[in-house]
Amino acid sequence: MKRRDAIAKIMESIDNELIVCNIGFPSRELYDLNDRPENFYMIGSMGLASSIGLGLALSQPEKDIVVIDGDGALLMNMGSLVTINACKAKNLTWIVINNGAYGSTGNQETYAKDLNLSEIAGSVGFKSYDFNEINLKEKIKDDKCNFISFECEAGNSTAPIIDLKPTAIKKRFMDIL
Amino acid sequence: MVKMDSSEAIYNGLKDAGIDFIVSVPCVNLTRILNMIDEDEDIIHIPVTREEEGIGLCAGAFLGGKKTAILMQNSGLGNSINALKSLTELYEMPLLMIMSHRGTEGENICGQVPMGISTPRILSAMDYQFFKPGTPEGAYEDIKNSWEISQESGKPVSVLLEIKYW
Repeated sequence: MKRRDAIAKIMESIDNELIVCNIGFPSRELYDLNDRPENFYMIGSMGLASSIGLGLALSQPEKDIVVIDGDGALLMNMGSLVTINACKAKNLTWIVINNGAYGSTGNQETYAKDLNLSEIAGSVGFKSYDFNEINLKEKIKDDKCNFISFECEAGNSTAPIIDLKPTAIKKRFMDIL
Repeated sequence: MVKMDSSEAIYNGLKDAGIDFIVSVPCVNLTRILNMIDEDEDIIHIPVTREEEGIGLCAGAFLGGKKTAILMQNSGLGNSINALKSLTELYEMPLLMIMSHRGTEGENICGQVPMGISTPRILSAMDYQFFKPGTPEGAYEDIKNSWEISQESGKPVSVLLEIKYW
């Protein structure tokens, strides 16, 4: 399975949850699969999806927040693991799609290809899971700050570039809150 | 006006600007203000591991309806530049940046000097407005007004607090 199908699997469990999605092809593929105002697409600042998700989770405690992140982005912001774990945001679910590659820049390998990311998150203190062994909806609703690793193969789809202005993404997202 | 000390002026400015979400990486000169923020139940304060991470948190909190600020050393500006441009500015999100401006007159750690000298020029090159208040009264006014300026411009606004300010 490649990333686009992984995102489609994730979206099967999504109703009105707010999503923060990693920069590049992940956001393009989500936009192509299931565009909705509740999606915040990152157009820049690789690595910060989880941090944006945490800020959102802390300021909107009644909403469920799902972060769709990538392994390369996680490696760029490893400090986020300890900050998010320390904050114990009960409404935050952090999914890292680990395809072992910097997909948007041409599928160069990442150091994560040989790492067990859920074990690393677990060692920091997270409740951590492998996507294939859980019911995602249950984890979103269980009032715990969960970390979920979703292993898949490298490769991009032909999803187009997002034709929304960043300010339009922001406005429609904030309008529903 | 009641006379404020250097840390009280910052706290009062933040409160009167309506700031209710703060991220921080500490500086020795920010010790008292960070304690005051921690004791305020109406402000969410999240210490972060690196300033760039804090810029991400502030973006998310702004989306969630908060008025946001980052408290840090000016060294943290260097750690945040891409996030400020490619996130905060790209999406036109307001942000207040309170910086302990090290490497200025009176600095006794040589490692702070190169970034200290370059900090105002970096902010100018980024086309970001900044204030350099010399007194608590000035800092209060600048901080109180900065959120609104940031909201109007869609760019971060900084308040640089040099060593002699404290």
